[in-house]
Parts: sequence; C-alpha cells; structure tokens
Amino acid sequence: MIASLAPRALSVFERNIFVYRRQWLMIVTGFFEPLFFLLGIGYGVGGVIGTIPYAGVDVPYAAFVAPALLASSAMNGAIFDSTFNIFYKLKYAKVYDAILSTPVSVGDLAVGELLWSNLRGVIYATAFLLVMVAFGLVHSPLALLAPVGVVFIGFAFGAAGFAITTHLRSWKDFDFLFIVLTPLFLFSATFYPAEIYPGVLRWVVEVSPLTRGTHLIRSLCFGDLNPLMLVDIAYLAVISLIGYRHAVRRLGVLLLK
Amino acid sequence: MTNSASGQPPLIRARGLTKTFGDRTAVAGIDFEVRDGEFFGFLGPNGAGKTTTMRMIAGVSPRTAGELEILGRDPDRDGSLIRAQIGVVHQQETLDMELSVRENLLIFGRFFGMPRPAIAARADELLELFQLADRAKDQVEPLSGGMKRRLSIARSLIASPRILMLDEPTTGLDPQARHLLWDALQRLKRGGTTIVLTTHYMDEAEQLCDRLVVMDEAKIVAEGSPRQLIEQHASREVLELRFPGGTENLDAAVLEGIGDRYERLAERVIIGCENGEAAHARALEHGLSPESWLVRRSSLEDVFLRLTGRSLDE
Repeated sequence: MIASLAPRALSVFERNIFVYRRQWLMIVTGFFEPLFFLLGIGYGVGGVIGTIPYAGVDVPYAAFVAPALLASSAMNGAIFDSTFNIFYKLKYAKVYDAILSTPVSVGDLAVGELLWSNLRGVIYATAFLLVMVAFGLVHSPLALLAPVGVVFIGFAFGAAGFAITTHLRSWKDFDFLFIVLTPLFLFSATFYPAEIYPGVLRWVVEVSPLTRGTHLIRSLCFGDLNPLMLVDIAYLAVISLIGYRHAVRRLGVLLLK
Repeated sequence: MTNSASGQPPLIRARGLTKTFGDRTAVAGIDFEVRDGEFFGFLGPNGAGKTTTMRMIAGVSPRTAGELEILGRDPDRDGSLIRAQIGVVHQQETLDMELSVRENLLIFGRFFGMPRPAIAARADELLELFQLADRAKDQVEPLSGGMKRRLSIARSLIASPRILMLDEPTTGLDPQARHLLWDALQRLKRGGTTIVLTTHYMDEAEQLCDRLVVMDEAKIVAEGSPRQLIEQHASREVLELRFPGGTENLDAAVLEGIGDRYERLAERVIIGCENGEAAHARALEHGLSPESWLVRRSSLEDVFLRLTGRSLDE
C-alpha cells in the first residue's frame, strides 16, 4: 500500500521543489528567528542567570534553551507551511483541484504535502544545530540525531496544521493560529523546566506537543537517553496520525463532492 | 444500443446516473454512452447538471445512485486507474500560478507517474502544438485567456489520455481564440482522442459534436447528432419576429396560424415553418407589425427552445 503510494506522494512533494527553486529566500528567513532568540534570551537573559539545573547538573542557560529553540524552529517550519501555504493552494490557487484530476489521491496529496512541510522543519533544525555546534552548545554526539528527532515534531505539527487548515474559511481565521502558537512557544518548557509550575499547571505544560518535542531534542543534545523519550515519540506519532487522517477526510469532503 | 456499430463496448456508459446534494438533485437518473473516438457533448444551460456529470466521470465526485463505467471500470473502486487515462480541463482555470508555463506541464507528467525524459519530450511537443513554445519560460499569470486555456488543454494531454474532458472550454474567450481552440480540438479528434465537452453555446455543439445530449434541470431531454436533433425537433426554417414592446398582448390564435409551431419569448416570437418568407407574409396578413424580422435555418437553439420552452441564455 505505502509502496504503491510513494511515487505519487513524491510527485506532490516535487511540485513544491519546483516552486521553491525560485523562492528559496523565503525559506532562509525562518532560520534567523531561533538565532535571534538564542542571542537575545539564551545569551542575554542567560548572562544574568548563568546556569540552570538540568538532569542533576548545572548547565549554561544558553545550552539549556538552544535545543528548545531547535525544536520550535522545526515546529514553525512545519506549521507555517501546512497552514498558510496549504490554505493558499486549497482555497485560492485551486492547485489541489488540478492535482486530484490526475491519478493522485487525497491520501497521496496529504502525504506529499506533509513530507514537504517536514523537510522545511528539518532544514531549519539542521541549520540551527550547526549554529549550536559553532557556539559550543552541544554536549553529546547524540545531538547528531536531533534532525531525526525533529521529523516527529514536523509530522505532528504539519499534520495538525493541515487538519486545522481544512476548517479555516478566510485569512482572518489565521489570527486564531497565533493565539495558539505564541503560548505554545512560551509555555512548552522552552525557557525553563516544566517543574517550575505547580500542580495541574505543570501537567498542562507537560502534555503540550512542543514540550514533548523539546524534551526529545534536549535529551539528545545532552546525551541523556531516558525512557520518557519513547513517550515523546509515541505522543507525537499519535498526533501525526490523527491529524493526517482528519486532513484526508476533510480534503475528501471539500474537494471530492 | 449497448454497443457501437463496430461491436466495441462504449468508453463511458451511464445508466440511471444520479447525484444529489442534500435535498437538491443535480443529476436525476440519466443514461448515456460515449463511444471510442467520438466527439460527445453535453449541451444545456448553467445548472443543468453538466459539470456534476463530468466530475462523476472524472472520478472526483462519487455518484449517489445508478451505474457508471469508464473504460470498463467503476470510478468508485478504480478512480486512480481511470484518471490515469483521462485528461481534464476545468471550467475555472486551475493552472499553477507559482510555476512557469513549461513547469506546469512537467509537474503534471510527474503526477501521472511518467519518467522525466518522456515528460520533457512530450511537454515540448505540446508547447509546439498549442503555439506556446515561445512562452515556455514565462509565468502563467500574464498569459491571455486564450493562451491559458490552450495551456490547460496541453497540460491535460501530457500523459496522452484516451479521453479528454472539457468543461465549458470556450466560455469567456473572444471569437478568434474560440476558433483557434476549435481547430485544436478537431485535430485531436482526428488523432483518435475521444473528446467529451460541455457547453451552453449552440454553435459550438453544432460545429464540434458528433453526438450530443441536451440536458435541462438535471435530466437528458434529447439525444442524437446535431443534424438528427434539428430534424426531429425543429422545422426546416425559422422566422423570428421582434417586438421590443413585449409579446404578451399578441393573440395566440394568430401566432398559431403562421407556421408549424411558435414559441413566445419576452421580446421575440420564434416561428418554426417550412418556408420563412411565406410565413412572414402570412404574419403581415394577420395584422402583426413586428419592428424587425429575419429568416434562418433551424439550429440547436430552436431544438432547445422547443424541448424546454426556454432559450438557452435566459
């Protein structure tokens, strides 16, 4: 099933390569955001704080924040592609109407688009990993697996973004997206450990998909292998699957009337 | 009826084909067949169910009831396999504005799973054929309406489909662009492609179609070649009398006496007859005083008027 599906899904992926061969500058911009946060918060605020306890040892604040910024950049790459770009193709450009008149199915279409939004996340994450290496913020060779780890983040947020996008009616609805994304970024153990919050609030932070992604990447960057990473992966995989299936069902409703 | 003259099964076969959206019936149990190599038309006003029928054939709209077979397959089960052999040109432009003219063809070839060298060769051939070669590297947006439509058709032909489906292909085009497109379609048909089109232009249906069905209010109201339809449902000539002040005060008995039959429109009376000149003379004898009049041969327009009591553009 997957084997017969792959070439057609890849052709959808390939369309985006055609487009971004000319628009590569738009991808580059997404690289700078985590860098600015690293310089401003990681080193600026970090200069005041100094170190922070992580897994029983005190680590430089910048080294603590950097893996979270890497995870967030993967989230942002996937989310922006699966919302803005997919909305444009779905509602305005009629790109999907054309694609679905070919042998490509809605399932192929969703897989191809998710592969693409994930690629964007992986590019941001890899570039930022190089920045971390340059700043001496990487403490373990396991950090090389971080770009693999972000694939789980990319699929989860790409699929969730895609699913949500199929319900949006106009560009105005995108305001809602920022109401969700900003707290997600701020309250996902990005700048401090989740344990800072008391009681139920802590668990709200713990179940945020970005907290799980951040935990996964942070564990890899510090070489701190722990069983909770399997929970991170499973949690992100379940979100991916639910998002994907919902997106496919909604595409059917919207385009195969 | 089931088989064409050569004994081959039809490429498309529908029996009792039905589509409903909620409580609105878009297609109400229609039967038709499209044969190999044929130029087949769905003629009818907007909202008659033509586009919905096309979407069902193209495998992007599941039918509500009835039978539908394309190339011997059921679109509910083998949608991808069917679409692999069909080229579709949508009524609304669906060209990829983020790609160049040639890239639009290249990526479509990929959607059909063709190998890249074969796509490149086919794309260049189609750009030549549709007189777009000198615009190959341009963006799509600035192209004229006629060029965009030609590119849409070229794109739909990238995988050399057995059936080409066109939904209102010349709507919005100027007369010159229309004729250019008609020529291109005639060439394709001579090359053996089966073509299915929808139109609400009578002259287009008459010029292009070997056979057509007339649709109105979700049903098929007539079927045949343009000539057959005219012979069956219209008289030889038509006399048109214009009354800019309205036709509602004209005496029905008088109108009945002029020709074989008549249709009363808002500002025109259309009279079917054997001899238009003679009918005009009779009209004047009966005391009618139209502002102007003309005599012409019967067309599909008259067939439609006769079958539905309405003119197509109303």
